[in-house]
Amino acid sequence: MVAGMQEAAAGPILEMKGIVKRFGGVTVLKGVDLVVRAAEVHALMGENGAGKSTLMKILGGIYPPSAGTLHYQGRGFQPTDPRTVLKAGIALIHQEISLVPHLTVAENLLLGDEPRHRLGWIDRAAMRKRAQVLLSRLDDRIDPLARVQSLSIAEQQVVEIARALRHDARVLVMDEPTAALTEREATRLFALIEQLRSQGTALIYITHRMAEIERLADRVTVLRDGEVAGTLDRAHLDRNRIISLMVGRPLFDHPDRTTTRQRGPRVLGTQELSDQKGRVNGVSLEVHAGEIVGLAGLIGAGRSEFARMVAGIDPVGAGSVEVEGVRVDFRSPLAAIRAGIAYLPEDRKTQGLFLQLGADDNITINLAGPTSAGGVLRTARLRSHAQRAVDAFSIRLAGLSQPSRLLSGGNQQKLLFARSLSLQPRLLILDEPTRGVDIGAKQEIYRKIESIADEGVALLVISSELPELLALCDRIAVLHEGRLMGVLDRRQAKLTQEHIMALATGHALPPS
Amino acid sequence: MSVRHVLKSVGILPMLLGVILLFALLTPKFLTADNGINVARQASINLVLAAGMTFVILTRGIDLAAGSVLGVSAVISVMLSLTPVWTVGAVPLSLAVGALLGAGTGAVVAYGGLPPFIVTLGTYTALRGAAYLLADGKTVINNDLSFAWIGNDYLGPVPWLVVIAGLVVVGSWFLLRKTVLGLHIYAVGGNPEAARLTGINVGRTLVVVYALSGLFSALGGVMSASRLYSANGQLGTGYELDAIAAVILGGTSFSGGMGGITGTLYGALVIAVLNNGLTLMNVSYFWQLVVKGLVIVLAVAMDRLRSRHAAD
Repeated sequence: MVAGMQEAAAGPILEMKGIVKRFGGVTVLKGVDLVVRAAEVHALMGENGAGKSTLMKILGGIYPPSAGTLHYQGRGFQPTDPRTVLKAGIALIHQEISLVPHLTVAENLLLGDEPRHRLGWIDRAAMRKRAQVLLSRLDDRIDPLARVQSLSIAEQQVVEIARALRHDARVLVMDEPTAALTEREATRLFALIEQLRSQGTALIYITHRMAEIERLADRVTVLRDGEVAGTLDRAHLDRNRIISLMVGRPLFDHPDRTTTRQRGPRVLGTQELSDQKGRVNGVSLEVHAGEIVGLAGLIGAGRSEFARMVAGIDPVGAGSVEVEGVRVDFRSPLAAIRAGIAYLPEDRKTQGLFLQLGADDNITINLAGPTSAGGVLRTARLRSHAQRAVDAFSIRLAGLSQPSRLLSGGNQQKLLFARSLSLQPRLLILDEPTRGVDIGAKQEIYRKIESIADEGVALLVISSELPELLALCDRIAVLHEGRLMGVLDRRQAKLTQEHIMALATGHALPPS
Repeated sequence: MSVRHVLKSVGILPMLLGVILLFALLTPKFLTADNGINVARQASINLVLAAGMTFVILTRGIDLAAGSVLGVSAVISVMLSLTPVWTVGAVPLSLAVGALLGAGTGAVVAYGGLPPFIVTLGTYTALRGAAYLLADGKTVINNDLSFAWIGNDYLGPVPWLVVIAGLVVVGSWFLLRKTVLGLHIYAVGGNPEAARLTGINVGRTLVVVYALSGLFSALGGVMSASRLYSANGQLGTGYELDAIAAVILGGTSFSGGMGGITGTLYGALVIAVLNNGLTLMNVSYFWQLVVKGLVIVLAVAMDRLRSRHAAD
């Protein structure tokens, strides 16, 4: 009996065979096979555009496959629409939370299946009880009567998982679930995933983060250009092997920055800068021409808040900002742009791109006004500028006017890069410049950042990836809870992840 | 794929040609030169209002007050034409009033942070009242209207009403496609936050957009008044809904940043052809309303289906 169960648990619960998906004339999936066993965490990796999301949308009944078959629990399975898929026990948890924020946890959990009194109205007591039972498997600290909007992102994710489990999900798909979580929340999520696995659930786990793979994955399937590049067992998991499967070439490690050029004059200086919400407290920092300064810190340390004040987006609470020795008080992003400050926002889709507009318009939008003839666009001039930028950044396009929403993450990021340079800024602020960008594009962006600095632009780079900061920066400023804990200088001491982490978690630097 | 691409880019045009063909087959009176001019004239005022509405909807907004502004400026234009000193200024002044009312609305939307639906629901009601008050509840008549040529004369074989509507469409196309303001309208509608961070003056763009809608509504008022030699507080009631219908039929998206004036032109013509053809066939006005409503929903549903198909 026990042996039989184990055997069943080890067998494949889900098989996708020869899955092909075409959009118009483009083939996105070229015959993908994916076999998922019960009680395993099956990681799905690949660069942006490799076909991970499309494959999962086919499984979820959102797109029909152009060719290929699915078997689920030993039988043929056709995911016709999201509802039937969920009823069959396959649940997708998307990157974006899909709960109703104004309803309570219990209401969200039982949406569409509310327990009723005999007369037809909702039985709130039964609802709460059922919600509590569902939550108790995961995290009993969540109050079923709390409104979802009052929960943290991590707690909302737990609610989403609980909702999936309500349908007795045997297969759970999670798409980059840790993207918005703090370290501690992520650790709890991992424990939860391990618990679900031990209960027999199969998990398909999409991520870019190698550390999570090493911690969780039983097997890894790597997609590349719509094909399976390889599937690795836990015994053969190896960082470099996965990366080389993803990019199709061995990883070229970006060398740490070695040449510290002559620092130019000071471009940015802040004195005791604080914001109005208490997220940034008295930060004094300088950035010089030709210098790359990193801004490190944990989530909530106030890095973006600091940058947004400098860029004129959020109002200054106290302290002052100087640009090239002149005290400034920006009332709008426009004022900062005029003073030579360009800001590349953290979230390119909501804060940066005009998704419906073409690549050319996205690049040249800042030039449209200044180059116009009495308000009339000089289209030819703008297009030739856009073309030069596209060449310089090697942005891959079907045409200059291709809508930016159709581009990959890396190309979108390069587009914004090109835009921020179009006005020849003296200070360029980059907030997470390589987030959600594949490894190939990352390398190109690093090279571009360095060449911009070589041309004498002052750069302030915010990143949550320490290796990235270590590779790029001349100096790294570390924030902790809105305070500047220290500035590490490459010329004075060796920059290490340990030093930065010590400061970022609020410890003073160990004496060297 | 290229067929789909063409289908997607022509939008509502096949539907327009379809209704024209249908009426041409059903009634011999439809496909004549005289009736063609008739349809164009009937479309003209709605088209002018719809042009302004296109700008507003492109920025994720709505202007429910278009018909009320039309009423106010129509009454003002006729009243001014009756006072000897102001006769010359009747048209420019009533246009200026419309533009100012629009700019005010835009300022409240842009700097007050209130939803356009609510702001213009307010101005829709208040300005309707103002139109009645200005006309003192009566109909203001001027049988010797100085600008009667607008509504009644021809440029060659083409009525001035149609010429003006044509100029508005061409001007709007140029503004949207060839000017910095047009680019900024698409940017603000497509992603307001990105527009702000990029250094676009979002507030000013919105004020200009609503001012344009006010200006075009007032132009519609002048056109109506000159056609009728009169105006009253009721003039233009419900016109904003026909204008919105034309914009939506034309494929401009309520979610902003997508669409354009060409679609609006087709949309306004579909509505005018339906009105005209059904009238020629002696279909009662009540049935015309029913048909028009169904066509709007049907057309938008077809558009959705087609664009989903094209995306697949």
